[in-house]
Amino acid sequence: MSAASALSKSASKTMPESTTPALADPTAAKSVIPAGQHGIKEHSDGRFGYVPVQTRSDRFKSVQVADFETVTGREAVWKHSPIAKFTDLTAGSLDGSRYEIESTVSTDVSVEWVPRTDARIGTAGLPEERAAANAWSVFDDALAITVSGEEAKEITVTRSSLGNSARGAHTIIEAKPFSQATIILQNTGDARLSENVEIILGESANLTVVSLQEWNDSAVHLANHFASIGRDARLKHVVVSLGGSIVRVNPSVRLAGPGSDTLLLGLYFADAGQHLEQQVYVFHDAPKSRSRVNYKGALQGQDARTVWIGDVLIGNNAAGTDSYEQNRNLVLSEGTRADSIPNLEIETGDIVGAGHASATGRFDDEQLFYLQSRGVSEDEARRLVVRGFLTEVVQQIGSPELEARLQLAIEAELIGTDDK
Amino acid sequence: MSVLEIIDLHVSVETDQGTKQILRGVNLTINEGEIHAIMGPNGSGKSTLAYTIAGHPKYHVESGSILLDGVDVLKMTVDARARAGLFLAMQYPVEIPGVTVTNFLRTAKTAIEGEAPPIRSWIKDVREAMTGLKMDKAFAERNVNEGFSGGEKKRNEILQLELLKPKFAVLDETDSGLDVDALKIVSEGVNRAKANTGLGLLLITHYTRILRYIHPDFVHVFVNGRIAEQGGPELADRLEDEGYDRFLVPSNVG
Repeated sequence: MSAASALSKSASKTMPESTTPALADPTAAKSVIPAGQHGIKEHSDGRFGYVPVQTRSDRFKSVQVADFETVTGREAVWKHSPIAKFTDLTAGSLDGSRYEIESTVSTDVSVEWVPRTDARIGTAGLPEERAAANAWSVFDDALAITVSGEEAKEITVTRSSLGNSARGAHTIIEAKPFSQATIILQNTGDARLSENVEIILGESANLTVVSLQEWNDSAVHLANHFASIGRDARLKHVVVSLGGSIVRVNPSVRLAGPGSDTLLLGLYFADAGQHLEQQVYVFHDAPKSRSRVNYKGALQGQDARTVWIGDVLIGNNAAGTDSYEQNRNLVLSEGTRADSIPNLEIETGDIVGAGHASATGRFDDEQLFYLQSRGVSEDEARRLVVRGFLTEVVQQIGSPELEARLQLAIEAELIGTDDK
Repeated sequence: MSVLEIIDLHVSVETDQGTKQILRGVNLTINEGEIHAIMGPNGSGKSTLAYTIAGHPKYHVESGSILLDGVDVLKMTVDARARAGLFLAMQYPVEIPGVTVTNFLRTAKTAIEGEAPPIRSWIKDVREAMTGLKMDKAFAERNVNEGFSGGEKKRNEILQLELLKPKFAVLDETDSGLDVDALKIVSEGVNRAKANTGLGLLLITHYTRILRYIHPDFVHVFVNGRIAEQGGPELADRLEDEGYDRFLVPSNVG
């Protein structure tokens, strides 16, 4: 069948990265891998003493762009991205000035510009690659969204006029202890943007952050989200990427306090020529922390490309943790490519659970035939399957208005692609 | 009264070894309300006939025609055939991830009727049909055929038969892989559908055991891509005793 080529191509990418040897499945998770373990030394396969970076948390970090070498595309963090198409963001000089935002208003949520000297900056995480450091080096002021108050509330902050010049930006989202809110970051219009978003959750805070990418067709957006979650706090983080030429949103979450909890959701729909990427990193750095990662994507059209990398690191002080990550891709046409790379590193044997799953499947001719044989037209069949596939993620967002809007946006994606 | 006519049908498939002729001139007329059993050895082309009627793209009609009340079925898309009143209960129904049985049934019913069914009576109809097929309520919220056992898949096919109410249904080896209890439940569902709607049935089977529960008016023996012999229910009894051997002598190979 003609599906075979697309399937095997994407399926072959579901294998774990060879550079992360401490890979484990749930059954293997009980075994402890101590530092200095036998075998973690140079390979005997003629790589001349090259020892790959072993632990995800050991990656080089710096806020200075000059500390990073020129991007070559061979770096682990860049090797799946079309780096030639955004050298302005990795190597050029960026505009770090304030930009226009629109924001809805809610009591106990402030949205303001704060200077680089704000004490919160740099507390949730630091850049691990050049585009992020480039943005960090240039921003004049950071946009700060500060949540207090225990009642549930929701605000939407919209950027729609960033324009076509290369920009760097910085955002801080802080949820004070015991506070609760849903923050929707909505992105439309043109953009050539590299940015860092820091998300800081105080003790027992309950925060939902939704980053919504519905950019114009030519937009390029490179984002790193760094979250630090305090004791018993809970972060739900949702990345929805539908529009843009190249969209790369990489959330890194550190479960910093005991009992901290995170749910990382992702939803993406790549159509012809689109590159949608997400590198998810969860660091269990405290006991009894819990994480769930669920990213689902659909691909349709020539050269539609998606990348998902899911790194989970369970630190040696993270006893009693429970983690599970999964990525599912649905391939709707020929000529697409979905990379799906789960990595799991476990430094303690005392865990409740740790698992990962990845699958890239194709909506195939037999499924289409089955639905059509029940009277359903080809377009409707496709819609039915995609809607069903992605709804699981949409329904977990927890904002009814946004969920309804996203269902429509997904329908529009399907129709939009049909026209191409 | 509706009638489904198959006239001198020749069908081939593309295989790795080239084009393979499978159906070699099939003639068959089914009136609404009749039950026809098509029996035959493996590889005789029974399933090809079923999938050709439904319009699977793998099968190429070389010549001949299929008419539903005089209208050329072969010119219709797969979904148009279903809307015209044809139904195929598949031997190996595929999984549809992400689509629940409830959602699927409602979508199919809406497509076939041209409008959404009235919600209250529809829910009642679904519930009754599921109860009749001894399907647990939890089925409704599972994804279509995902993780279903062989018997569950077959029940799900007959559930659709009962709810979509076609004029003609082709049951492709619905009995295969069913234990006797499941076979009875599925057969009762088929008989119920026939009693309720008076549809015409084309029952494709290798074995005679389903014919104990669904009584055919006509039996056709399929060999080498065409009907080798036909008769009443007594022909099935004879096949039960003698098997297909007498049809497989070399002189019969066309």
